[in-house]
Amino acid sequence: MICAAMIILGVLVYIIATVFYRGLPALNLDMITKLPGGGFYLGKEGGVLNAIVGSLYIMIGSLIISILISVPLVMFVNFYLPPKSVFAFLIRFSLDILFGIPSIVYGAFGFALMIYLGIRASLLGGILTVAMLIMPIMMRSFDEITRLLSRDLPDALLSLGATKYEMVKVILRQLMPGLVTAILLAIGRGIGDAATVLFTAGYTDNIPASLNQPAATLPLSIFFQLGSPVEEVQNRAYASAIILTVIILILSFSARYFSSKFSKNKI
Amino acid sequence: MISTNQILINSNYNSVIEMNNAITLKKLVTNQSIKIEGLDVYIENQHILKDINLTIPEKSITCIIGPSGCGKSTFLKTLNRMHDESPEVKISGKVFVNDENIYGQHVNVIDTRKKMGLLAQRPCPLPMSIYENVAYGPRIHGIKKRKAINQTVIQYLQYVGLWDEVRDRVRTSATRLSIGQQQRLCLARGLAIEPEYILGDEATSALDPLSTKKIEELFIKLKEKYTIILVTHTLRQAKRIADHIIFMYLGKIIESGSTDEFFNNPKKQLTKEYLSGSFS
Repeated sequence: MICAAMIILGVLVYIIATVFYRGLPALNLDMITKLPGGGFYLGKEGGVLNAIVGSLYIMIGSLIISILISVPLVMFVNFYLPPKSVFAFLIRFSLDILFGIPSIVYGAFGFALMIYLGIRASLLGGILTVAMLIMPIMMRSFDEITRLLSRDLPDALLSLGATKYEMVKVILRQLMPGLVTAILLAIGRGIGDAATVLFTAGYTDNIPASLNQPAATLPLSIFFQLGSPVEEVQNRAYASAIILTVIILILSFSARYFSSKFSKNKI
Repeated sequence: MISTNQILINSNYNSVIEMNNAITLKKLVTNQSIKIEGLDVYIENQHILKDINLTIPEKSITCIIGPSGCGKSTFLKTLNRMHDESPEVKISGKVFVNDENIYGQHVNVIDTRKKMGLLAQRPCPLPMSIYENVAYGPRIHGIKKRKAINQTVIQYLQYVGLWDEVRDRVRTSATRLSIGQQQRLCLARGLAIEPEYILGDEATSALDPLSTKKIEELFIKLKEKYTIILVTHTLRQAKRIADHIIFMYLGKIIESGSTDEFFNNPKKQLTKEYLSGSFS
């Protein structure tokens, strides 16, 4: 058991050490403030601002869509359907299957859907596909947390004469930390995924100005930089990986901070 | 440091307190009555309550006692239609509250629940401040004016003896209160919706003796205006506060009557055995 723990820790330390060892020397202010210039992928000047902004746009857009669909669905399954409902079982079962589908399949499905809808590889396509990828993760984890809620709170609210809708509004306050956890899990999966955005968001050296324009993403940016034969560019890929990690960390900490501020009255 | 906002709130409260000194609890409906006829409850085809026929005396404390699993809490939940949330529960029979069968057609469930203030076994403050906990009920029932809500909150916090303990921190989380204070807050929250009946489901079983005493004193004070129905495990508590006792066993009412008669002169053999501790 100790051996297994050491292997896990070892792998983690090795990954972080490699990323930082190769990435830190290449990391500079230009990386996060400049767009890739001409010949960036052959070692010339520039940064990955296009990918940073693209990734954030896609993440924010897909989070908005996912939250707007996940929260009502989880509340419906837990508080509107009877506890042993077949429909609720089917929803959870479907989510479990969707949870396990590889992201490249979402990418391919998103691509097919975009062709059907007549959308080009664009920010909108990326947002929709990443939303499809992260929704099952968000729903399933939020659902698990909601199921742990004791019956005391819903009963207390109903006995005060609250309607189901009024009850759900108060329960959501109580569940806010759980929702934040679910969102963080979804961000973790969505922001680092390359396969879903490969066909759907496209890639560009510019910052998208509208939903119809292609958007670059950090995972793809790392992929293209790693594919360069120039070692300096490969090191920039590691620097981009550090940026991605730091973005996830900032998002995690700020979400936790706001959640604790918002739900300071939680039980 | 006290903020300007806090000072404003406090001065607002003080004016309301002065007004409240002259106010007593709202005058309630005089004809409170609960009458139960042929009530049967099945949970997943198990017959839990069997042919219950009962009249609950008004403006008094009625304690329901009996061993665990005899259907006391199930019975209590039939009075505020909380079983509606569980599709596996089937109910037949009539429960008349103020002469209206609450299981009849066209009955508004929310109105029925509003008539019954429920105090649960474990206090469950809402995830909001002390003030908002009490204000929640009046708000969802349509009271919007800040002054009226302020008045209600202070009035009921005073009534349950919590106001002096929390007046400086009414805007802080209700979960920071001790468990005894939380239970009194839940009582204030229940009273704020101006019910006519109070239901207590082992409302003191999670509390320490001092908090239990406070809640019991409140029940005795409240019975002047409300009809109170309590489920309790503690015979001594029933003896201390009840005016009437209902003894249930395996889903049936075995015996009911005034507290004195029940404890001093039980009529049924099963009651005698229960009181002597032969089973529990």
